[in-house]
Amino acid sequence: MDFTDTPEEAEYRAHVRAWLDANAEKRTPGALFQAKYGADDLVPLAREWQAKKYAAGFAGITMAKEYGGQGGTQMQQVIYNQEEAEYVTPRGVYEIGLGMCIPTMLTYATEEQKQRYAGPALRGEEIWCQLFSEPVAGSDVAGLISRCERDGDDWIINGQKIWTSGAHFSDYGVIVVRSDPTQLKHKGLSYFFLDMKSPGIETRRIKQISGTSNFNEVFFDNVRVPDAQRLGDVGDGWRVAITTLMNERLAVGQSPPPDFWEAFALARQTELEDGPAIRDSAVRAKLADWYVQMMGLKWGKFRTMTALSRGEQPGPEASITKIVSANKRQQIAGFGLDLMDMGGALFDDDQSPLNAMFQEALLSSPSSRIAGGTDEILRNIISERVLGMPQDDRLDKKVPFDQLPRGAGG
Amino acid sequence: MNFDFTDDQRALKEQAERFLEDNCQSSVVRGVLEGEAAFDRDLWRQMAELGWMGAAIPESYGGVGLGHVELAVIAEQLGKYVAPVPFSSTVYLLAEALMFAGSEAQKQAWLPKIAAGETIGALAVSEGPALTTPKSLKAEVIGGKLSGVKTPVADGDVADLAVVLAKDGAGASLFLVELADVGKAAAPTFDPSRSHGTLTFDGAQAERLGASGEGWDLLQTILNRAAALMAFEQIGGAQAALDMAKDYAMDRYAFGRPIASFQAIKHKLADVYISTEIARSNAYYGAWALANDAPDQAVAAAAARVAASQAYEHASRENIQTHGGMGFTWEFDCHLHYRRAKLLALQLGATRVWQDRLIDALEARNAA
Repeated sequence: MDFTDTPEEAEYRAHVRAWLDANAEKRTPGALFQAKYGADDLVPLAREWQAKKYAAGFAGITMAKEYGGQGGTQMQQVIYNQEEAEYVTPRGVYEIGLGMCIPTMLTYATEEQKQRYAGPALRGEEIWCQLFSEPVAGSDVAGLISRCERDGDDWIINGQKIWTSGAHFSDYGVIVVRSDPTQLKHKGLSYFFLDMKSPGIETRRIKQISGTSNFNEVFFDNVRVPDAQRLGDVGDGWRVAITTLMNERLAVGQSPPPDFWEAFALARQTELEDGPAIRDSAVRAKLADWYVQMMGLKWGKFRTMTALSRGEQPGPEASITKIVSANKRQQIAGFGLDLMDMGGALFDDDQSPLNAMFQEALLSSPSSRIAGGTDEILRNIISERVLGMPQDDRLDKKVPFDQLPRGAGG
Repeated sequence: MNFDFTDDQRALKEQAERFLEDNCQSSVVRGVLEGEAAFDRDLWRQMAELGWMGAAIPESYGGVGLGHVELAVIAEQLGKYVAPVPFSSTVYLLAEALMFAGSEAQKQAWLPKIAAGETIGALAVSEGPALTTPKSLKAEVIGGKLSGVKTPVADGDVADLAVVLAKDGAGASLFLVELADVGKAAAPTFDPSRSHGTLTFDGAQAERLGASGEGWDLLQTILNRAAALMAFEQIGGAQAALDMAKDYAMDRYAFGRPIASFQAIKHKLADVYISTEIARSNAYYGAWALANDAPDQAVAAAAARVAASQAYEHASRENIQTHGGMGFTWEFDCHLHYRRAKLLALQLGATRVWQDRLIDALEARNAA
């Protein structure tokens, strides 16, 4: 057991840190890129940042060199991520493409396609999105009903996707649709990648409770996709989707601040009736629990990475990161507002402590407990795949998809 | 970076697990819980033969000369099997206190006997059913003679040598006190599988451990070091309680199917798994920080302690709940973990105190 860097790791870390120092602003508690820029202003900044990362050799660190990556180790990626987290950089534009879509392409696409798409994504020239969820298929995403029909060398796609992050600024997307509703639910799906500028695609922004719009609805009206853009066999789309979702667990996970350090900073600067909030024993108990959770996730992630570096697959145990950090963030948001008492209602970047981070988190934190696998689905995954407990009694595993009962939406 | 055990440490874990599987079934724990003996002497003797008490004691003092990570590996297995032996008092507290603060003469006098399993230790701080502080402290040493009453003292009724916190002039100091002629009585607790005593000192010979007047601070360091090791007993217990609950749920049928297929049970046990993993990760770091004298040992130990106490209590509670009525019977083993979880969560100080210590340590680190 060794929690310090090896000489090679230390050298790599110093190299990363030197580059970040020269190219980005160090993060102080409360500073968030998103707080300064709206989601749409973010795209050109993120594009520029991604191109810089690529030029410096920090894009696709673990991806093969033949596709434009660095051919580096998982540990280098971890070190890079740890270091970049200390700086204010534009996030939320390339994570899905590089974390989920491109790895899936590299597993299932033809050599020619890999050569064509990986490089531009790594250089930030092309942005990708993931089109899985539907109004009738959220946690049960395999219950989706958008369909595809064969037409010569093409497929025709009709239906609707939802919760698609970045669809409105994406160039390409990966999509799962139903190719045969007479099969069992998981058997009748096929997987494609497509041009988001294809005729028949319409994207609409969704306004969230925070007032911002990170997600979209995407409508498909006779959208033509070449069969050559199918990934995996016809009817085997679920297996391909699982590849994408396994990558999602590594890509998503850690929630943005406020985390323990912001709560700690706020408690130290807030005066209560008997002195600073940090002296209050109830406050200290909560802070201690959040510190323990934060560090448990940090060291736990290192344990996962140790397994990865030995060539073992990351298991579903990585699911705990998202459950714990998303719930912690929502609790910390509420706690921060409580410390401000009546003044907590004020949502003002200039007056509210730490750039109104706690107010912002009150309204944005519910999404972390839902997006990328709800708390409930993640608990199912832990109990079934880690603890080996049986699935619920599942009608959808016994009856063809078109004979399953449907609610009002389906 | 490498966040896992070495092959040798894995081999030690398997050896410890096999030995305890053969020699520390719940019937052994119940033997102490229900019987007159304070601990299982046969098990203790065999553990000494395996060199466990001396695992982290240097060879020059009669130990095996492994390290704290190896000791943690053993601790986890002892926790899993709810071992009814005075290991934590003797090893994490007495031996560690001697190695950290003892004089050369004290080390030479006691460490070989501890390693051989001949000396049982105890830490005597508590003076009754409330928090003991430098202000509330009553036990006192005057002219090298200790007077006062300490209770409950884990393993105090069977210990040969105690580390005692007592007033020493204007301040408090730690003292080494041989217990051969000290008044000992069994102290009843809610977990009789680990014995406790009341020690009544009436002019007992007391030898200072560490500097005069620095007893309280030294005690905190000793508790930090012990907490990092105790955390492994706690996660061993938490994992065992989780496994028990899951195994029972797989075999128990209700409403036509195993109760393990109901989300009310699955999600509850997923939450226990999460607490246990959070505790395990913090314990790993705590052991590493202890083994490497890391500058943030106080932070690492407190984090490991808080997480481990919470995880074991959580797992042992939900284990009974998952078993339903049977979990509440004397016959089922659920209560062995339920008792032990709470006992371990109190023995080095309650969670509330450790949460406070953790924030103290973080404030100190941030101020530096």
